[in-house]
Amino acid sequence: MGQATANAKTLYQKIYASHVVGKLNPSTDLLYVDRHLIHEVTSPQAFSGLKLANRSVRRPDLTFATMDHNVSTQRRSIDAAGDTSRKQLEALAANCEENRIPLLDLTHPDQGIVHVIGPEQGLTQPGMIIVCGDSHTSTHGAFGALAFGIGTSEVEHVLATQTLPQQQAKTLKVEINGQLSAHVTPKDVIMAVIGKLGTAGGNGYVAEFSGSAIRAMSMEGRMTLCNMSIEMGAKAGLIAPDQITFDYIKGKAHAPKAEHWDAAVQYWQSLYSDTDAVFDTVVEIDAATITPQITWGTNPEQVMAVDQSVPAPGSFTDVTKRDAAERALAYMGLEPGQKLTDCKVDVVFIGSCTNSRIEDLRAAASLVRGKKVAAGVRALVVPGSGVVKRQAEAEGLASIFKDAGFEWREPGCSMCLGMNDDRVEAGQRCASTSNRNFEGRQGRGARTHLVSPAMAAAAAIAGKFVNIAAATAGEQA
Amino acid sequence: MSKIFAQGLVCPLDKNNVDTDQIIPKQFLTSVSRDGFAEAMFYDWRYLADGAPNPDFVINKPEYQGASILLTRANFGCGSSREHAPWAIKQYGFTVIIAESFADIFFNNSVNNAMLLIQLSKTNVELLFNRCQQGPQQWQIDLASQEIMFGNNAAMGFNIDADIKQRLLSGLDFIGSSEQLNSQIADYEQSRKASQPWLG
Repeated sequence: MGQATANAKTLYQKIYASHVVGKLNPSTDLLYVDRHLIHEVTSPQAFSGLKLANRSVRRPDLTFATMDHNVSTQRRSIDAAGDTSRKQLEALAANCEENRIPLLDLTHPDQGIVHVIGPEQGLTQPGMIIVCGDSHTSTHGAFGALAFGIGTSEVEHVLATQTLPQQQAKTLKVEINGQLSAHVTPKDVIMAVIGKLGTAGGNGYVAEFSGSAIRAMSMEGRMTLCNMSIEMGAKAGLIAPDQITFDYIKGKAHAPKAEHWDAAVQYWQSLYSDTDAVFDTVVEIDAATITPQITWGTNPEQVMAVDQSVPAPGSFTDVTKRDAAERALAYMGLEPGQKLTDCKVDVVFIGSCTNSRIEDLRAAASLVRGKKVAAGVRALVVPGSGVVKRQAEAEGLASIFKDAGFEWREPGCSMCLGMNDDRVEAGQRCASTSNRNFEGRQGRGARTHLVSPAMAAAAAIAGKFVNIAAATAGEQA
Repeated sequence: MSKIFAQGLVCPLDKNNVDTDQIIPKQFLTSVSRDGFAEAMFYDWRYLADGAPNPDFVINKPEYQGASILLTRANFGCGSSREHAPWAIKQYGFTVIIAESFADIFFNNSVNNAMLLIQLSKTNVELLFNRCQQGPQQWQIDLASQEIMFGNNAAMGFNIDADIKQRLLSGLDFIGSSEQLNSQIADYEQSRKASQPWLG
């Protein structure tokens, strides 16, 4: 290989190299963390550990907290969350106060899901290393930041040292070129990628998404894409920043101030994979081949185009995949060959760190306008943050949802994981814009089908799943 | 040199893609403590809807009571980053997990709780499951020589990252080791402030 190739680096390798503080062991580096986001569920034990060891928070100014996982979405009050959750929320408030960590608590108008408010507040910027005790931290990779989820021991480590021991991950390029068809959203794109690579296909890798289809996406679409890169096991998802990124960040509360803006942008413009950089694995996908997706099973790789039939377990050559499919169909109450478009839904959830941003709500509202939620369907819209909620109300989206019979809620993680009281009952089928269709994720015995916001909205109106590409084509004809 | 990291009964959990929502469901995550999760491990599989133990779930079978080595398949620990998952598994009594592969965050979380996660080829995992079919197994895990010892001089080797092996053998404090680089952290912060003042 020539010299140019030897020096060429991927975006991931550039960010990694620029954060090495020192070497801990032959293959382990200590990396500096630019932004540490925390929430109530995975931080209390970290703060207790710090106290026990007589350590303090090294950089409270680089740490930022919110309340999201177990808050009530009925009422914005710490008392509405139930007793044990209230204690956890109070512990976060006390820990933040004691350590001078800024907190968007339930009294703050901008409070919301950590991966929605980070970008919204300008806390998420290109080239940063961002960590949070939450696997969907990968969301922030949409800005060209290296962002990944960590455990509570690591949260404690970052609080104490503002660093984290890391080893270099392998690099995966997912290049998506071409134009997406009407009604095919970034959610469908990432679900199709996961279907192709599998839930473990990204293990040990940082995935960079590139290609003309990615460049054409808004920041919100890119966030949806990177959000679910963890569902294929990737350590992080990454997208090189561009003018769309810079325009999104400009003017946000924590964005670089005017006197630093030009220098920041100049630096951000250096954040891309060199053309001759070598990735360990490259996957290419033609955007035009992607159709609206829906999961039929109990992990995100068990996914298909909405107009396909539920697969027969026997169609899988891999015996473990066959067993998994058999078990999934039994749990989901589905038969091989069945069309999900014939399948009644009981619950519709529009929300979560995957799909609760303003564009998601606009897409959903466009299919709801002037219509009614089908009889017997319980439908919820849970905006990702106070900012999203206010904007949706100002744009008239909230009224569209409410007039149709949707519940219009306060921000939080809500029914994505059902830590609060927003749960799907056993045996109920839910069209959900969230990210995990695991057994019991939305409630014990709950049957989750992951879909895009538009697909979820259409399901709420029809009372069953709809192939929105075909339905709208028909309307237009 | 022989150093037995763990020894004991093996419990075979014959599943792929066991996610951390299965290992410990959401309702147990509201705790502010690191302890008390043993009973919650695999809750929805382990207990029937009425709260009685599910006799069909492998963990509940009489022959696997007291197991300390968990044998499973591919992509164990995928999904949520909740460290409550390895806490629950360790508090139940498992200190070693053998699998075809692990999800990255779960792997790190487990190592940070001084657990040994052994990754083997699909073929070797299959061989171990076959052994379990012959009856309850008692194995020894020698971390120094990187071997799973089945008794009667039979053993299977395994690979492990040298840095992780060193950490597990030395039992060094996770944060303490990094704090030894405190002056380098301070230097980094200074140059960061100079070159990228917008970062604070």
